[in-house]
Amino acid sequence: MDSVLSEDPVALKILIAGGFGVGKTTLVGSVSEIKPLRTEEVLSDRGIGIDDLDGVEAKNTTTVAMDFGRITIRDGLVVYLFGTPGQERFWFMWDELSYGALGAVVIADTRRLTDCFPSVDYFEQRGTPFVVAVNCFDGAARHSVDDVRIALDLDDDVPVMLCDVRRRASAKEVMIALVEHSLRTLTSAN
Amino acid sequence: MSDSPRWFDEDAGPVVRPYALIRGRTRSSGDTFDLVASVRAIGESPGELGPEQQLILRAARSPISVADLAVELDLPVGVVRVLLGDLRDQGLISVTSPSAGGARSNERILKEVINGLRAL
Repeated sequence: MDSVLSEDPVALKILIAGGFGVGKTTLVGSVSEIKPLRTEEVLSDRGIGIDDLDGVEAKNTTTVAMDFGRITIRDGLVVYLFGTPGQERFWFMWDELSYGALGAVVIADTRRLTDCFPSVDYFEQRGTPFVVAVNCFDGAARHSVDDVRIALDLDDDVPVMLCDVRRRASAKEVMIALVEHSLRTLTSAN
Repeated sequence: MSDSPRWFDEDAGPVVRPYALIRGRTRSSGDTFDLVASVRAIGESPGELGPEQQLILRAARSPISVADLAVELDLPVGVVRVLLGDLRDQGLISVTSPSAGGARSNERILKEVINGLRAL
């Protein structure tokens, strides 16, 4: 067992989701080195056999940049973070990202709480473990985590926490809460 | 570079569109590559490879993820996947899928990740 673990590199995926401008990029950047990862999957995935591009001069692919971060836990054990566009039209990307993912962080802004509804719905339906991190923006009215839980109609076991994604310590706490939640989900399933 | 032709600036877009590199294909042969699958160069590199494929083989001398390769080559993931498919067909890379280890369901690994995050 030990030798197997030490030989096979392990790569884990964590998704960072939430509405536009809610702090996904900031969270990834707070806990890891961040790089933009380009995809042009709108054309490649959806356009085949449908889009006739002959003679069309306009841009037909949508370049989507995901925030991509990497945390090396040790040699051979790496956690990859993917900050995904929150809009529903990008769900085809989520399908791939959530496959085999360790879990997801849904960032919420209490001023625009509805923005994170699609993310919450998505992970609930997929059975992907997730935590809700309420990003405490300056000037945003503080709500208790219980209020947020009720507003989002979350199951009791889904962790909800307040955070400031600009702060590394706070961002770390969010990541740790997610992995602990994934671990609990795993052990309760066995 | 001041001596490069000025109409080849960033506004003009890439001189070679990404999908021209892969001759218009949008899917790789065989299974698709997970974003976090680990790629490693194997075997002897033949001389007739394209520059992007040579770059991939160079970057994958030690194992590297598909996503990291896309960042390193500054190419869309879809393009990198097609290039990887060609290299795999030629037996020049080995690809380890992350799900093979079942890491998500490994309690010990998750505990290790938690401790690792605390130590960041």
